[in-house]
Amino acid sequence: MSNSTISNAPFSEPRMSGMPMPATWPRRRLGGDLLIRLRQNIGVVTAIGLFCVIYLFYHFAHPKGFSSAVFVQNADEVFTLAMVAMAQTLPVLAAGLDLSVGAVMTMVGCLASYLMSGAAQGTPIEFSFGGTSHVLAVLPGGVIGIIIGVIICFVAGTLAGFVNGCVVVYGRIQPIIATLATGAIYIGIALFLRPTPGGKIDEDLNWALTNSLQDFASTVHIFDDGNAPWFAPLGAIPVPFILIVVIALVVWVPFRRSVTGRSVYAIGSAEGAAYMSGLRIDRAKLAAFTLAGFFAGCGGLFLAIQTSSGNADIPQAGAYTLNSIAAVVIGGTSLLGGTGGAIGSIFGALILRVISFFFRIFDIAPLLQPLFEGIILLAAVSIGALRVLRVKNTLELFR
Amino acid sequence: MTAASLNISLSRDARPILISASFILVILIAGTFYTLSRLGTAPLLSPTYLLQQLQIGSFLGIVAAGMMIVILISQIDLSVPWTLTAAAMMATAVGGPWALPVGLGVGLLVGLVNGIGVAYLRIPSMIFTLGVNAVMRGLMVAHTGGFAPQTAATDLMRWLAADHSFGIPNALFVWLAVSALVALILRRMALGRYIYAIGNKEAAAYLAGVNTRGVIITCFVLCGIAAGLAGVLLAGYSTKAYQGMGDAYLLPSIAAVVIGGTNILGGRGRYLGTLVGVILIVLLNSVLSIMEMPEAGRQVIYGSVIILMLLVYGRGEKVTS
Repeated sequence: MSNSTISNAPFSEPRMSGMPMPATWPRRRLGGDLLIRLRQNIGVVTAIGLFCVIYLFYHFAHPKGFSSAVFVQNADEVFTLAMVAMAQTLPVLAAGLDLSVGAVMTMVGCLASYLMSGAAQGTPIEFSFGGTSHVLAVLPGGVIGIIIGVIICFVAGTLAGFVNGCVVVYGRIQPIIATLATGAIYIGIALFLRPTPGGKIDEDLNWALTNSLQDFASTVHIFDDGNAPWFAPLGAIPVPFILIVVIALVVWVPFRRSVTGRSVYAIGSAEGAAYMSGLRIDRAKLAAFTLAGFFAGCGGLFLAIQTSSGNADIPQAGAYTLNSIAAVVIGGTSLLGGTGGAIGSIFGALILRVISFFFRIFDIAPLLQPLFEGIILLAAVSIGALRVLRVKNTLELFR
Repeated sequence: MTAASLNISLSRDARPILISASFILVILIAGTFYTLSRLGTAPLLSPTYLLQQLQIGSFLGIVAAGMMIVILISQIDLSVPWTLTAAAMMATAVGGPWALPVGLGVGLLVGLVNGIGVAYLRIPSMIFTLGVNAVMRGLMVAHTGGFAPQTAATDLMRWLAADHSFGIPNALFVWLAVSALVALILRRMALGRYIYAIGNKEAAAYLAGVNTRGVIITCFVLCGIAAGLAGVLLAGYSTKAYQGMGDAYLLPSIAAVVIGGTNILGGRGRYLGTLVGVILIVLLNSVLSIMEMPEAGRQVIYGSVIILMLLVYGRGEKVTS
C-alpha cells in the first residue's frame, strides 16, 4: 500500500484552501499528473472498471436490458447500501471502523416511519409513558411536514454519528468496540420506536423518490408534469441515482477537499505524524464519525420511504454493517486507513448488488445463491492479496 | 490500605478484572433487591439458579476463550457464527461416535483457512473472516436446504451439554477444561509469549525469530476449534442444530473479551479477565430477563454497560503513533 496518501489531492491543484500559494508553483504536465492520480487510485479505478463490465454484461443478459424499468429497480435496491457504504468509508479512512452504521440506518428508518405519513391534518408526535400518552408537538401536514420530518431524520442520523465521534475522541475508546456498544444502543432506540414493523409513508413521496425522473416530475408537478420536450431524454434516469450523485457532489466532494477531510486521510496514514504536523486530529475524527452518521441516516430514510414502513430488524442492521465493510474494501479503500474514498465505496456497493442481480437472470438454484455470494465476496476481497507477491522485503508485510 | 495505594499496587492488567468483578457484585445485589421487592424471592442467590445460568454461559465462555486468543494477536474472527453453526450441523448430520470429532474438525478446518488467509495472503482478518463466514453460511444453506436439519444430537453431545455430574452441569466442566488449557497456553507456554509478542509488534516478533505465520495460523485454528466445540455443545443442549444458532455469540464474545480488560488492538490482557467478562454478560442478561426488560431496554443497557466499563479502564493513549 502506498504511504503517500495525503498527496491524493495533488499540490498542483489551484484551490488549496487555507494555504498560501507560491507565485512560482511548478506546473506539471497534465498527462504525467493523470498517470500519478491513476496509480494512486488504482483500487477505485479497478472497482469502476469491474462494475462497468459486469453491469453491461447484466444488461445484455437481461431480457429487458437497458430499459428504464430495470435501471429504476436496480437503483432502488442499491441506494441504501451505497449510502451505508459511504458512511463506513469515513471512519475506515481514519483507520477506524464503524460497526453502528446499520444500527443508525435502522434507527433513522424507524423514526422516519413516524414522520412521513403526510396526513393532511398533521402528525401528532406522542410520547407514551406509564399508560398515558403526552402529545409533544404536532407536525404540520402536507409538504411542509414532510420537509420538517426529513430534516429531523437528517439531524437524528448526524447526532448519532456525533455521539459515536465523542465516545471515540473524548472517551478514547477504540472505534470498533465503541461503535459496537453505541450500535446496541441505537438498535435499542429503534426497537423502542418500532417494537413491531409498521408505520406509514406518504404514497406520493414513495412514488416520487423510487421511480424515474419522469414520474418524479409528474408527481411534484414540475416541467409540465414531466412532459416538457427538453425533459424527455432525462425522464428515464432513476431518482435514487440522482440522489446519490447529488449527495456525493454536495457533501462528499467538498469534505474531501477541505482541510478537515484531508486530515482524515492523514490520520489514516500516520496518526502520530499528523498530530505532530499540527493537524486537528480530534476535530477530523469527530467530523468523520458525524458525517458517517449523516450518510447512514440518509440510507435509513430512503429505506423507510422505499418500504413504506419502519422495521427494527437486528439481523438486517448487522447485514448492512457487514456488507458496508465489504463494499468499502471492494471499492478500493484500505482497511488500514489513508487510501480510497467514498466514490469507490459506492461502486463497491454497486458491484455487491449487481452480483446478486445475476442470480435472478441466470436461474441459479436459490439454495446455492448464498454460497456463490460468499465465494465471490471472498474472492473480491482477496484480490488485494496479490500485492504479497510483489513484496521483496518481508518486513513490508507488517503494516 | 487506602484506595489510592490500592490503585498503584494493582498492575495495569488486574485493574479491569477487579472493577468488572465488583460490577458483577453490583448486578447481583441490584437484581436481588429487585426480586425481593417485587417477587419476595431471591433466585439470584440460589446456587441452582446460578449454576443454570453459568451452564448457558459456558457456550459463550468457550467462544470467548477462542476469540480472546485471536484478539491478542490483534486480529479478529468474524466467522465464528457460521463456524459454530456448521460444526453443530455437521456433527448432528454425521452422528454416532464421530459426531464430536467431526464438529471439532469443521472448526479446525475453518480456522486453518482463516489463518492461511491472514498469515500468508495478509488480508485483514476483519474482512477475510467475514468472507469465510459468508461461504460457510452458503455451504450450510446448500446442505440443509435453508431449513433446520432433522438430525438430532448424539447422546454424548447431550450428556456433555445438558447433564449434571455431582450436581454441577457438565458444560461447566468443559468450559473449565478449555479455560485451563487457554490459561496454560497464555501463561506457561512459549506459544503464549509469542502471541503477546505478535500482538504488541508483529514486525519485532518476526525479527526476533518467531515463526509469526505459524503462530497466527495456530491462533485461528484454536479459535475455530473453540467455536466448533461451542457449536457441538449448543446442539447437544438444544438437542439439534438450527439456522442462525451462532448469530447471538459473535458480538457478546467480543464484548466479554474487551470488558475483561483485553486490548482490542492486541498484546495485552489476561484470561481471568475474559472469564469475568463472560460471567458479567451472562448475569446481566439473566437479571434483565428476570426484570422482564423488553428487548429495546436490554440493548440500550447492554451498550451503555460496555461504554461505561471501558470509560473507567479501557481508555487509550491520547495519540497513538
